[in-house]
Formats: sequence, structure tokens, C-alpha cells
Amino acid sequence: MIEGARWRKWVFFYVPMALFLLFLLFPFYWMVITSVRPDGELYRPWNSSNYNPFWTWKPTWDHVRYLFEETLFASWLWNTTFIALASTAISLVCGVFAGYALSRLNFPFAGSLGTAIFITYLVPQTLLFIPLAEIIRNYRLGDTPWSLILTYPTFLIPFCTWIMMGYFKAVPKELEECARIDGASRWQAMLYIVIPVAVPGILSAGIFAFTLSWNEFIYALVFLSSPEQKTVPVGVTSELIRGDVFYWGPLMAGALLGSIPVAIAYSFFVEHYVAGLTGSVKG
Amino acid sequence: MAISAVSDTTLREAPPPRRQRLLEDERWLAFVLLVPTIVLLGMFIAYPFMRGILLSVTSSRVGIPGDFVGLANFYKIFNDGIFRTAVYNTFLYTGVTTVFKLALGLWLAMLLNRNFRGKAFMRAFILLPFIIPTVLSTFAWKWMFDPTFSVLNWLLYHFGLITGRINWLGDPDLAMISIIIVNIWRGVPFFAISLLAGLQTISPELNEAAAIDGAKPWQRFWHITWPLLLPVTMVVMLFSVIQTFADFQIVYVMTGGGPANATHLFATYAYQIGVGTGLLSEGAAISLAMFPVLFLIVVLQLLYIRRVEVR
Repeated sequence: MIEGARWRKWVFFYVPMALFLLFLLFPFYWMVITSVRPDGELYRPWNSSNYNPFWTWKPTWDHVRYLFEETLFASWLWNTTFIALASTAISLVCGVFAGYALSRLNFPFAGSLGTAIFITYLVPQTLLFIPLAEIIRNYRLGDTPWSLILTYPTFLIPFCTWIMMGYFKAVPKELEECARIDGASRWQAMLYIVIPVAVPGILSAGIFAFTLSWNEFIYALVFLSSPEQKTVPVGVTSELIRGDVFYWGPLMAGALLGSIPVAIAYSFFVEHYVAGLTGSVKG
Repeated sequence: MAISAVSDTTLREAPPPRRQRLLEDERWLAFVLLVPTIVLLGMFIAYPFMRGILLSVTSSRVGIPGDFVGLANFYKIFNDGIFRTAVYNTFLYTGVTTVFKLALGLWLAMLLNRNFRGKAFMRAFILLPFIIPTVLSTFAWKWMFDPTFSVLNWLLYHFGLITGRINWLGDPDLAMISIIIVNIWRGVPFFAISLLAGLQTISPELNEAAAIDGAKPWQRFWHITWPLLLPVTMVVMLFSVIQTFADFQIVYVMTGGGPANATHLFATYAYQIGVGTGLLSEGAAISLAMFPVLFLIVVLQLLYIRRVEVR
């Protein structure tokens, strides 16, 4: 929609776009370059003369090696993957069922239940972490992956339900009625007719839930205490900083490697992710 | 395909057992489908919420149940200078970042709404700050703001803008600005992508018609795009404001609430008191103090959204 001279396109499009990209992506470039830069170069003051911060001629794997040999990074990766997959699975089952019930069945209190679930969607984790930590301790779940697998669904189920309701509403009633006339029970019509049609919604909700549980921090920080139980964000935070000493090389390598799985998952399902994101907003 | 599979199986299981007949009733089916959700949300949201309220009116510490003390905890935190700073910071942080996120996000969304080569690619990359675990990317920012090795200082120095170093996270005001920058960085993609989805539902013909009638680009934005985008904008703001108001991760990593407790938000201060020093009930009181504000935000925004939708 830009009319007129060529310079207008540069001023109103290319330059702002390039600045946005620089602002949004530079921290990742910085992560990458720091994680392969030898310590000798890393800790050179910013105003020393021969310092080129944006490139290194002596890339090293030392930081990555340190991560896997001196810390429990491999187990953190495994813990995070397991917890994210398990809580996503639980939330999807609950969300699909609840979304189906709320959007396609008539029963008393349907409206108020829907509102209640929407409100829990808006409850931030930081509101409840202290009483929840006590409850987790009372159920003897503290310091186990189950403390997270069971609590992450509290913020995943509401939006899974929300997204699925949107998809289920779009499935025509006639489709289900046809199956019922052919003798299928309600349960079968749901399982074999309606849910398969809503598979794109399940993928969207699933990928969104996976990234959210991979990113979760405060519950993992409060509920887990032993180093071998930790997730990547918490492990990196607590084990790579000793007092005031930051191990910047391994820290950035850990940040990078901890981001790659979720970035890969995201890259396969970009369209679904975007659909989930916008679906979770529009409803 | 799926339909034929069903009719096959149903023919074989002709007489349904009692359990199945129960599921034929819409109410029972709804109940069965909703039980897992209600149990999980009840156990880990409703119950903790009650426990939080009960906790905040006692004098519990870690390992000590404590006695009923009424509103003493709330009285204590409202007279606590650090808590007041945290309240001020939280409002400042939420207000400033929301304005910037909305402005920059909308601008980016309008840029992305054009047709250009590599658009899908660009959109995928732009979402990265939102996808990558916040704690991990915030460490990259903390390293960029490092007092001795800061690349930002290097840049400013080599462009001749500064002569000495800037101690970004050591000064209360600069630390607050740094945190605000990181939050804007993280939130812009969410605004941009959601608003882009909203923009794509606006028919380009409206803008073209206005252009033919002689409306300037700015007028077209103000009289056509903005009013049509308003419902989506309000919902995006609702989510963002709540998340920002209750934010924890960025401040925890960047400053830990320092220097000298000057950059605490509700959540980080609640963590410091409740988990750091073990004063459970006081910590619970601090995080519950967020609740009235969050509640008000939700009610106001929902009312506004309803009004916009009715109109």
C-alpha cells in the first residue's frame, strides 16, 4: 500500500522492519556467539582496544562440554521433556473432553462452568505459588516431577478447553446426528466423528501447551529442590551461578541448548502455533 | 471413512451395557467429561486459593503452623516501604511496557500485513522471543547489560555516545529501565502476531474505498483500521496486562529485586519473603494483595469488551 517514490518504501518499510528484526533477534545471536567464545576473549573489558564483540576466530566447545560433563544438564533436559510431554497430554485429554461438553452438550450450569474455566485461564501462577507449595508438600509430591505434571495443567487446561470449544463449535451438528442415526452411541460419535474433525485444534492446543510448560519457571523453582530433579530453566539459574560468580559461557550454552528443543517443536508447527495463539486470544 | 468404521463397530456391539446407556444421557456424559478438569482445577486452583487466604491471616513460617492473627500481615505489609516500592514498580512496569508493546506491536503488525517475499519466514522468526523460555533469554539480556563486559556499552562507546561505562543494573532507575526493555522485547511479538490476525480480518476494500475518497494514510488508520481492530486489541491487552502485572521471571533473573530492593514487583517480593526468608503467611499476603487489582482489571476489560461487541 505504499505509493510513490522508492525512498518511501525504504523509509516506511525496509528500515523499520530491519530495526525490528535486529531488536528482536540480537539477543539470540549474542547467546550463540557467547556460547562458542573462549573464556579469555569473553572476559575482556568492553573498552579494551583489540576487542571485537561480534565475532570470534577461535570458537570452542568447552562450554558445551562443561555443561554435559560438570553439570546435570542432560538430566535437566530429560526432566523438562518428560514433564512438558506428560502435562501436555493430561491437559489435552481434559481440555478436549471439557471443550466438547461445554460446546456441544446441554446440561445445567454449563454457562457458569464455562465462565469459571475462563476465569481460571486468567489466574497467574504467581498468585498461588506459596499455598500451592504447602499443598504439594502435604501430598508428598515435593521434589518429584509429579509436582509439576499435576500443577501445570491448571494453566494449560483452561486455554486448551477454550481453543477446543472454538473448533468444536465449527463442527456441524448434522455430522454427529448422521452417525447417531447409524447407531453410534454419543460417546462413539464424539470419539470417532467430532474429535477427528478437530485434530488441527488439538495440534494447536498441544504445541502451545508444550511451549508453555517448557517455559514455566516459578512452580519449578519453588517445588523442586535437588539438582537432579530440576528442569532446564531452574537448573541453569541455580547451578551455573555460584554466589556472585556467573559462568557466562556455560550459561549461554545452556540457554541456547535449552531453547533448541522448543524452537524445533515450534518450527514444525508454526502455523498451528499461530492458530493456537490467536485462537487463545479470540476464542 | 470414519463414519463407516463407526457403523461397523456399533453393529457388532448391539446391546449396550448399562454404563453405555448412562453415557447416552447428555447430562451424565457432560458430567463424566468434565470430572477430570474439575478435579484438577479444584485441587490445584480453588483449594490453594482458599488455603492462601487462610494462610495470610495466620503467622505461619516454614515448619511452624502459626496462630490466627487477623489482618496483621496485611497491616504490616502496607506499612512496609519495600512493599510500597514494589506496588509502585508494578504499576509503572505494567503501564509503561503495555503502552510500548501496543505501539510497537501494532506497528510491526502493520508492516507484516503487507505482501513481501519471505513473509511466513519473517513471521516465524519474529515470534522467537515469545517462544524461547523467558528465563533463558533474560540471561542473554543480563549478559548484555553486564557492568564490565556489556556489549551495549561497547556500542554506545564506539558510536561516541558515552565516555565512561554505564552500570545498567547497579542504579535503581537504570535497572528499572533495563527490566522494562526486556519485557517489551518479550511482549512485542505476542502483540504483533495477535494484532496481525485481527488486521487480516479487515477487508482491504474498506481502505481502498477511503483512499479513493481522498483519505490520508493516517486518517485511514484512525477512522477505519483502529476502530475495527479495537475488540482484538482489548483482549490482547487483557492477557498482556495480567501477565505483566504478575510477572516474576524477568525481574528475578535481571536484578533479583535489587539494587537495595528497588526493583521488586509483587511476585518477586512475595517470593523473597515467602520462600527466601520463610515467612509463609506474609508472602501469601503479598501475592494475594495482587488479587483485587487483577480482579478489577478483568472485570473492567470484560465489561468493555462486551460493550464493544454489542456496538
